[in-house]
Amino acid sequence: MKTALAPARLGADDVLRVGLGGLRARPARVVLSALGIAIGIATMVAVIGISSSSKEDLLRRLDRLGTNLLTAKPGDTLFGDKAELPESAPGMVGRIGPVTAVGATGSVTATVRRTDRIPDEVTQGIAVQAATPDLLGTLGVGTASGSRLNAGTGRYPGVVLGSEAARRLGLDRAGGQVWIGGRWFVVVGVLRPAGLAPEIDRSALVGWDAARRYLGFDGHPTTIYERSTDASVGDVRDVLARTVSPEHPEEVEVSRPSDALEAKAAAAGAFTGLLLGLGAVALLVGGVGVANTMVVSVLERRREIGLRRSLGATRGQVRVQFLAESLLLSAFGGAAGVVLGAAVTTGFALWKDWPPVVPVWALGGALAATLAIGTAAGLYPAMRAARLPPTAALAAP
Amino acid sequence: MNTLGADAQGENIVELSGVTKEYAGGVQALRGVDLVIAPGELVAIAGPSGSGKSTLLHMIGTLDRPSGGGVRVAGHAVADLSDRELSALRARHIGFVFQQFHLAAGVSALDNVADGLLYGGAGLTERRERARAALERVGLGERTTHRPHQLSGGEQQRVAVARAIVGEPDLLLADEPTGNLDTAAGAGVLALLDELNRAGTTVAIITHDLEVASRAPRRVRVRDGLVVADERAEVGSR
Ligand SMILES: Nc1ncnc2c1ncn2[C@@H]1O[C@H](COP(=O)(O)OP(=O)(O)OP(=O)(O)O)[C@@H](O)[C@H]1O
Ligand SMILES: [Mg+2]
Repeated sequence: MKTALAPARLGADDVLRVGLGGLRARPARVVLSALGIAIGIATMVAVIGISSSSKEDLLRRLDRLGTNLLTAKPGDTLFGDKAELPESAPGMVGRIGPVTAVGATGSVTATVRRTDRIPDEVTQGIAVQAATPDLLGTLGVGTASGSRLNAGTGRYPGVVLGSEAARRLGLDRAGGQVWIGGRWFVVVGVLRPAGLAPEIDRSALVGWDAARRYLGFDGHPTTIYERSTDASVGDVRDVLARTVSPEHPEEVEVSRPSDALEAKAAAAGAFTGLLLGLGAVALLVGGVGVANTMVVSVLERRREIGLRRSLGATRGQVRVQFLAESLLLSAFGGAAGVVLGAAVTTGFALWKDWPPVVPVWALGGALAATLAIGTAAGLYPAMRAARLPPTAALAAP
Repeated sequence: MNTLGADAQGENIVELSGVTKEYAGGVQALRGVDLVIAPGELVAIAGPSGSGKSTLLHMIGTLDRPSGGGVRVAGHAVADLSDRELSALRARHIGFVFQQFHLAAGVSALDNVADGLLYGGAGLTERRERARAALERVGLGERTTHRPHQLSGGEQQRVAVARAIVGEPDLLLADEPTGNLDTAAGAGVLALLDELNRAGTTVAIITHDLEVASRAPRRVRVRDGLVVADERAEVGSR
């Protein structure tokens, strides 16, 4: 008759079933306390998701624009005057081995206006620049309307407007005329945004020769753009200043426009700490809500606990049951929060025209946070439940 | 430690010897109870309110430990067992029926009964099969999908009885099982316990209803924490 007494193991499926059963008996309370967790998780997932989407967008743009573009600009002379680049500089740069394309712009003093009746001083922040024929090809800027400057339009009074310049002038398509330096120029093209060279967006580009002929351009380039193979960007950078201005290489400022975008992408990835902290606080409050629900639940269910003990549940099995309930509660909240956070991220990203990205590590983090909160919130109530005496089932109502 | 601890008595299901229970605050609920219940018996434990009946049931059912004296249940000395082992003892050897039915609201009669096997190690399918059989035994084979609120008080107590016997315990303990029922429903539940006893289950019923007690083949009377009478008699109604 006498055999060794060892409690049977409660299978994981039974733990789950009992835990779910406990929650199902109080649905409204479950929804409300899971909501706290959901809001916290959703905030954190959305904050991470949105900043990741923004970063992804910048990285994709960078990918499209390339990181092999270098610019050379005149710096200051030893005496503090503005330096001047030699007229021959673009040609010299083109002769550097790995360089695949060269373009240049040169500042022109003239201003561009809609009509001759607008006073000379109203520039609207638009610079008139001479452009070499290869400039737009080097930058990879396409036209939104009309065509680029070519040999024909380059010599006669034609102008190509940068995207921002066109917007400010109120000309969204090619075909109109603008007043530059005392004569009418035909707008032969309107450009798309130039990406790596935002200064082009705010420029009215006139052909190199036309600028000399009609606008008194002196022929000295003020920005030289060049592209080389990706592998040789560093080598080109080393020799660029000397090539542009063999006599005064120290007066040449060389820069890589993609660096700015790269820095921006890095900054976008470092998500906004304040919002993340806000999400963490919401999560904490949610966890307190779950703990509260569980404590109340243990108080209310003294008799159920006693009954389970009389049916043969060990203290450990009672503890596991309440821990499971707390974990499930917080997992429901976490799952809802992830879905909500992902939905907010997707909505916001699509609105901003970004690729929606929710990093896997954020989902893993949400899961880990949910489990940690569920455990922390359930531990104390579960211990209390386990400590209740089995006689609680017989206690008078 | 146990005056009845000899091997010859190992076959008794319950052996209490000199059991005392003192609650915090100095209440002497039991003051030296000797009680032996053999397999197959039907014992009614009667006594006035506050006499210590429920406390006695806690001792027999290993829900609580005595302050003094020895308790053996199903051959195990309770004092030698850990809390885990006591849990296993209850899961395997003892079934309880309480005055309040303690059924889970919103859960079918079948699953309420199946929960009686939850801590015994059987899988869900087996638990449900056996629960169905237990419900049939208590006459509720047609009510398996009903939820507690769809059952009468008597039916609910029958479900609770089914839950208590689904594991085929050596001992069925009932504390005032008819306390919340009207006379007819109470009689039904008592008849059921009687029937289970005839089929071989050892049953101990606590009641303060002397009329109920008088129908049992063995009647133990408790007063002020002591057993004051222990009668075995052939009862006409049986
Ligand atoms: N947990 C407890 N703590 C302190 N005293 C208790 C406790 N449980 C019972 N008592 C006391 O022990 C005595 C016996 O109580 P018990 O519940 O065993 O009586 P009972 O015979 O079951 O009475 P009733 O018929 O009213 O259910 C009573 O005086 C009661 O007040
Ligand atoms: Mg009592």
